[in-house]
Amino acid sequence: MARWLGDNRQGRTGAMAAFGSFAILLGLVLCAYNFLVGAIALRQIAVHPQASFGPERLAESARRAGIGSFIALSAAAFALIYCAFTNDFSVSYILHHSNRALPWPYKFAALWSGQEGSLLLWAWLLAAYGFVLRVRHKVDVKLTAYASTILAAVQVFFTLLIVFPAPPFALTQGAVPADGFGLNPLLQYPEMVIHPPMLYLGYVGFSVPFAFALGALMMRYPGEKWIHITRRWTMVTWLFLTCGIFLGMHWAYAVLGWGGYWGWDPVENASLMPWLTGTAFLHSVMMQEKRGMMKSWNVWLIFTTFMLSILGTLLTRSGLVSSVHAFAESSIGTWFWVFLLIVLSVCLFTYILQRDHLQSEHKLESLISRESSFLFNNLVLLAACFTVLWGTLFPIISEYVEGSKVTVGPPFYNRVAVPIGIFLLFLTGIGPILAWRSTSFKSVQRNFLWPCIAGVVAALVLMAAGMRPWQDMGTLYSLMTFSLAALVVTAVGSEFWRGARVIQRHTGKNMLFSLVQLTRRNTRRYGGHLVHIGVVIVFVGLAGSAFNQSNEQEMGFHDSMTIGQYRLVCQSYTQDSNANYDSEYELLNVYKNGKFLAQMAPERRFYHASQQTETMVANHSTLERDLYVVYEGRNQDTNQPIIKVILNPLVAWIWIGVAVMAFGTLLALVPNMSAEQAARPRKPAEEEVPLPAGVGD
Amino acid sequence: MRACQTHVSRIFDRSLLRTWFQLSAACLLLIFMAGAGDTAARYKLLGHQLMCTCGCGQVLLECNHVGCTVSTQEEAELRNALARGDSDQLVLQGFVQKYGPTVLAAPPQSGFNLVAWIAPGLVFLLAMLGTALLIRKWKLHPVAMPPEMAADPHTDAVLAKIRKETEL
Repeated sequence: MARWLGDNRQGRTGAMAAFGSFAILLGLVLCAYNFLVGAIALRQIAVHPQASFGPERLAESARRAGIGSFIALSAAAFALIYCAFTNDFSVSYILHHSNRALPWPYKFAALWSGQEGSLLLWAWLLAAYGFVLRVRHKVDVKLTAYASTILAAVQVFFTLLIVFPAPPFALTQGAVPADGFGLNPLLQYPEMVIHPPMLYLGYVGFSVPFAFALGALMMRYPGEKWIHITRRWTMVTWLFLTCGIFLGMHWAYAVLGWGGYWGWDPVENASLMPWLTGTAFLHSVMMQEKRGMMKSWNVWLIFTTFMLSILGTLLTRSGLVSSVHAFAESSIGTWFWVFLLIVLSVCLFTYILQRDHLQSEHKLESLISRESSFLFNNLVLLAACFTVLWGTLFPIISEYVEGSKVTVGPPFYNRVAVPIGIFLLFLTGIGPILAWRSTSFKSVQRNFLWPCIAGVVAALVLMAAGMRPWQDMGTLYSLMTFSLAALVVTAVGSEFWRGARVIQRHTGKNMLFSLVQLTRRNTRRYGGHLVHIGVVIVFVGLAGSAFNQSNEQEMGFHDSMTIGQYRLVCQSYTQDSNANYDSEYELLNVYKNGKFLAQMAPERRFYHASQQTETMVANHSTLERDLYVVYEGRNQDTNQPIIKVILNPLVAWIWIGVAVMAFGTLLALVPNMSAEQAARPRKPAEEEVPLPAGVGD
Repeated sequence: MRACQTHVSRIFDRSLLRTWFQLSAACLLLIFMAGAGDTAARYKLLGHQLMCTCGCGQVLLECNHVGCTVSTQEEAELRNALARGDSDQLVLQGFVQKYGPTVLAAPPQSGFNLVAWIAPGLVFLLAMLGTALLIRKWKLHPVAMPPEMAADPHTDAVLAKIRKETEL
């Protein structure tokens, strides 16, 4: 690929850097125009609604400038990727994040592997979201004009960052080296080509519902249409963030070689916080749609979600908190602080000015209702978010108060956040069972009976099978999780069952057909249920961590190690080399209960360009457990490889659960079948069976 | 199935529920009183309460840096302390004295650091209390609702059918 694009060794340097810099400046001018002229136009429209044609034309020119900013930033991103592919080391960023021997997919990933490039990616994605929003402006021209102007303001900030404190096209000082310093070996993994863009799509995406919410509040938008418009934006964004977080977990599991997937690192926490508040928003927004409640709450939830994504970025990019994978300390933090303060001030000011517009139309009528379950769900999600934020910031607070830093690591979160998570799991089960407005005690009793029985039976069976919750808190939490998982699955399953049975009675078709029909008639509700099932599966996978086993020993020729039902025998260990790295690996035959199972090759690599060592984990994954093997290095005295083996039960279920969550979210985005059919002429034979109001509500 | 449901409903009678609850509480008490810990378990437990101080930011027993001499040394110190018969508290104190407070993977539950542990629970409780008060206020001052629809025998029949079919 690099050969096809050419190589900059001959001295054709600087041209693409100049083009990229120009494209960024053009992007800045265009989004600044969009913001300023858009704001002037909206102001004129608001003050003189019946005035002339002028403000509309101004607003239209602002919209087009916004579209133009996407084209300009796309050109800048292309220029940086081009520089990476052509080994243009005259660009300092490429010099520090790429090298000639780097495989081409990772040259592409170089775009987001450093501070400047990742900020360009952020600005580009933001412009891309803005592009879609501005192209689809006919959904609601005035509201979109407000949202577009607010989004343009956010774009101005991020484009300013890549113009002043973090320019990606800054030139290398002095003589240009023949080769680059290479990409961080940790990032040379296939998932790293997908994980950061996914995560950024999630972070950046929350800017759109934020812009719509702020715009709707500014213009005192009547009704809840803005929520209908932003629902899909929010769900797609949430899906991206979810996938981004879990891809990050999988990357940590597969690459870092410590046997875990979540270390409560500040960077991980930074991604979790907006996810938690975004999830709360997705739930509470339904109360506004259905009952006209929680309007102020929803507006603040989406404001908070956006601000948390900025705060997370600030924490990890300013050097404020130490993290394994934070960016280098820089002056960029000040910019983020100022931006965050401006955003908070604008949100507060607008809210205070327009809060009378956010009066609830209804209030909670019963504690036992869908509304109250959403309220508690929000409360728990926000408590979890506060816990994560508190844990992330406490080292700074402690240093300020006591003068010495403390570590807030996994034991803190396991003790404080895990019970909150378990309570959330419980709410996942009871929420769908409750009806809107009020649920009778009799109905609660009837609908809770089987889920409760399932939960108790699951706990008893697991204890009979050997789980001992009195041994440690981990086992107790696991037992509670498995038991609640059974409760939730039964509760959600019974929802499907009841609805499908009604359809089956009316159509006379089989249960599978009825289930599909039911789901297609209310994709949002049943897609949501599938997401909950996915969450349960993820929790089951997480609960398995209480039963991890590990062993570590030197393993020379024909040495063996036994762990659980597995026996590993060393067949050989050797070395290899290519242009990018040298490697050492060991071939291990794995036997389960005496039968040959697989051959595994844990590896350690030494990357030439970056002069860094990295482990490549060998993992044999099954639904029951993962056999996770790490090549730890060689004993200096004996020169024999040291192998660490970890048995991780149920980990595969985490990834399966995420797939179910993603499928459920995608399903919820599909229009309902009835709406589709209503849009086209109906044949008499296709007459629809009316679905009772309680089902699919 | 309905007969079975009714039968199980009886199990959940209030008087029986109280007995179940009392029995469960007694069992839980027994469970927690019956804790036990050997040296290997203590090593695992304490090793997960300490950090590797090489700068990797990982828990001591999870540090996987190739040739990390710091974690190897700390692990050896932990094993020696346990072999000496030091209590958990003494082991942790020894590490804090040698490596500073950042060696602990979680803030100690004393002094100002206690705030770290209390704050999340306190915020959660206050939020619950606030929500409960809000719900109470809403119930005491209900908003004017739109007038109910006039009773219609046909609507009532449809609603009854729906309730029957959906069992809600």
